[in-house]
Amino acid sequence: MSMRAPVTDLPLMFVEVGILAGEVPILSQITLTFDAGAPTVLIGPNGSGKTTLLRAAMGLIPASRGRITWGGRENAPSDRRAFMFQRPVMLRRSVAGNIRYALAAANAPRAAIEERTSHLLKVVGLEPLAQRPARRLSGGEQQRLALARALARAPTILFLDEPTASLDPHATKAIEDVIRDIASIGVKVVMSTHDLGQAKRLGGDIVLLHRGQLIEHTLALDFFDTPRTPEARRFIAGELLV
Amino acid sequence: MFNRRTLFAAAALGAFALTAPAFAQEKSIVVSSTTSTQDSGLFGHILPLFKAKTGIDVKVVSQGTGQALDTGRRGDADVVFVHARSAELKFLEEGFSTKRYPVMYNDFVLIGPKSDPAGIKGSKDIVAALKTIKDKGAPFISRGDKSGTHVAELALWKVAGIDVEAANSSKDLGPWYKSIGQGMGAALNTASAGNSYVLADRGTWLSFKNRGDLVIAVEGDKRLFNQYGVMLVNPAKHPNVKKELGQQFIDWLVSAEGQKAISDYKIGGEQLFYPNANDAGA
Amino acid sequence: MSGDVSALQLVLSGDPGLFAIVRLSLMVSLSAVAFAALIGVPLGAFLALTRFPGREAAIVVLNALMGLPPVVVGLAIFLMLSRSGPLGSWGLLFTPQAMIIAQTVLVAPIIAALARQTIEDLWVEYREELAAMNIGPAGRVATLIWDARFSLVTALLAGFGRAAAEVGAIMIVGGNIDGFTRTMTTAIALETSKGDLPLAVGLGIVLILIVIAINGLAWGARRAGERIAG
Repeated sequence: MSMRAPVTDLPLMFVEVGILAGEVPILSQITLTFDAGAPTVLIGPNGSGKTTLLRAAMGLIPASRGRITWGGRENAPSDRRAFMFQRPVMLRRSVAGNIRYALAAANAPRAAIEERTSHLLKVVGLEPLAQRPARRLSGGEQQRLALARALARAPTILFLDEPTASLDPHATKAIEDVIRDIASIGVKVVMSTHDLGQAKRLGGDIVLLHRGQLIEHTLALDFFDTPRTPEARRFIAGELLV
Repeated sequence: MFNRRTLFAAAALGAFALTAPAFAQEKSIVVSSTTSTQDSGLFGHILPLFKAKTGIDVKVVSQGTGQALDTGRRGDADVVFVHARSAELKFLEEGFSTKRYPVMYNDFVLIGPKSDPAGIKGSKDIVAALKTIKDKGAPFISRGDKSGTHVAELALWKVAGIDVEAANSSKDLGPWYKSIGQGMGAALNTASAGNSYVLADRGTWLSFKNRGDLVIAVEGDKRLFNQYGVMLVNPAKHPNVKKELGQQFIDWLVSAEGQKAISDYKIGGEQLFYPNANDAGA
Repeated sequence: MSGDVSALQLVLSGDPGLFAIVRLSLMVSLSAVAFAALIGVPLGAFLALTRFPGREAAIVVLNALMGLPPVVVGLAIFLMLSRSGPLGSWGLLFTPQAMIIAQTVLVAPIIAALARQTIEDLWVEYREELAAMNIGPAGRVATLIWDARFSLVTALLAGFGRAAAEVGAIMIVGGNIDGFTRTMTTAIALETSKGDLPLAVGLGIVLILIVIAINGLAWGARRAGERIAG
């Protein structure tokens, strides 16, 4: 593994990407570039295609049309990308065991696993719960563990699908703090959220999706101050986009 | 990590499974014999004596005589020890053994309920008794398993002028005659449950505990005597046969010492088997 | 009942004959379960994780094989292992090994079918997470078996229950030889045929108690494991 050339998955580019579920288009004509920098936040109503876009960006589902490239390569192996699902599944192991598993899956050197496990536990603040069964954790703790598992892959890009959905403000803050720390050390974060406040707090740039189409992609400051499209204006105003 | 763990678990499981069935392969022979010798407890008495003298373990598979002979025919036993003279002679004729040794005899008894619905209790004439049972339609249980006892029963019916085998298969016999296709103990259990008559060997009867209302109805008729023979399975047919050890067992059975061991076996003071190895015609 | 008394006396007196029978029964059935697990769990995992034409039919057949009649299995193994059969030269008929083989054949479909169900359920749950972690096919199987281990214990127990309870197969291939291939169940059959019903009942009670004890131990191990791993 150490012999691998220091390739990067950035920039991650979508060129006229369309994704179909059977005959139904989920995403169409998406052209979009994710580059190094502050987190990119995907927003848009339910069913607008945020999760599908994240999965395609991770490489979990193929594009039906168009091209997706990572650092200029198609079909780039996903070992430097990580994904946190909206409802992460806890493996039937201890908290530390979940992290060890993710480290082993990412081919971390055996000798380094224990040390990196305790480091990651510290990063997400789960040290006191290390020996607990992961499935007995609270929702917020499970999200933090999932985050630690994702970080175990030492990703260059980290995808987060609604990382704080259904968490209380306290737990939400804990997650956001970790995300900020991750972003500050140069990991590209691409996340979706329903929470406009969170988009404002974390986002460097904002992607607004609606009915599988890309409506706007601008810097967060511009998006909230001077939205260009009527959909963006209505969405920010809290109106239902149908 | 997961691979190593799984391998470890599989290895542990495998090691356990492999060590478990490790058995000492000592000097032993397989004897296929009849349920009557086993159930009567005779083997429990004589085999330890034989083992003490020779160190040979005798593994007894007890089956009906027909099945026991088939086990020998297939080569799955080294020695057969059964009681159905005509079937044994056929076994010899087919070449599955080269010599039959008479060993001992016991006798059959006709068992029936205390209430004695056929009115035959105390009779010394088995043939007349069977005729009466048929005429009165008193319930009768047959082994129906091609065992020595079953073969003897069929022969006795024939002497009584009733071909139950033919009649039974054409269902002409009536509901009083039931063929159950099981061993001696099961036949006695069935008879006990239904207060029926049944032909049994004395040994099994004496050691049988679930008698209920059953008692001996007819005994002592010469035609009820039951000869046992022993044969070594022919090594020319089945090379796996342990011929030295098997022959050693046979020689011991017909020796003075073996014959004495047989006559010494008693239940409640009653001798079960009468050695007659010297009676060449038996 | 006098049955429990005589059985209890046998147990309390530490009767070596009874002890040998119990030990042989456990050895045969546990070995059969171990072998059946080595066959059944990977087979169940394979059926759970792969898609191929005829897979549904294979699952139906496997489920049906859970109800294989022991006597039929016993007869089939008997014909294979008999000196006159294709594997006669192994000389295994009327040995404990033959009984282990017969019970393995009986138990493997149960473990495979239950493992298939368990692993497939877990697979549905884990599938995306493992895909996101780039776990290959071998790692997937290992992970699912390891994480399903406490549920798989139930499958092993079902298999053990079947093995410990059956008499038809081991009677035929073992021959019920005193001190060599006589197990609890064949001894019960023998004592019943000898009309010694109290002893048969007593042995039956001992058998049931042993099965309950083993299930209890496995249950305890499962609970303890779940406390650690969830």
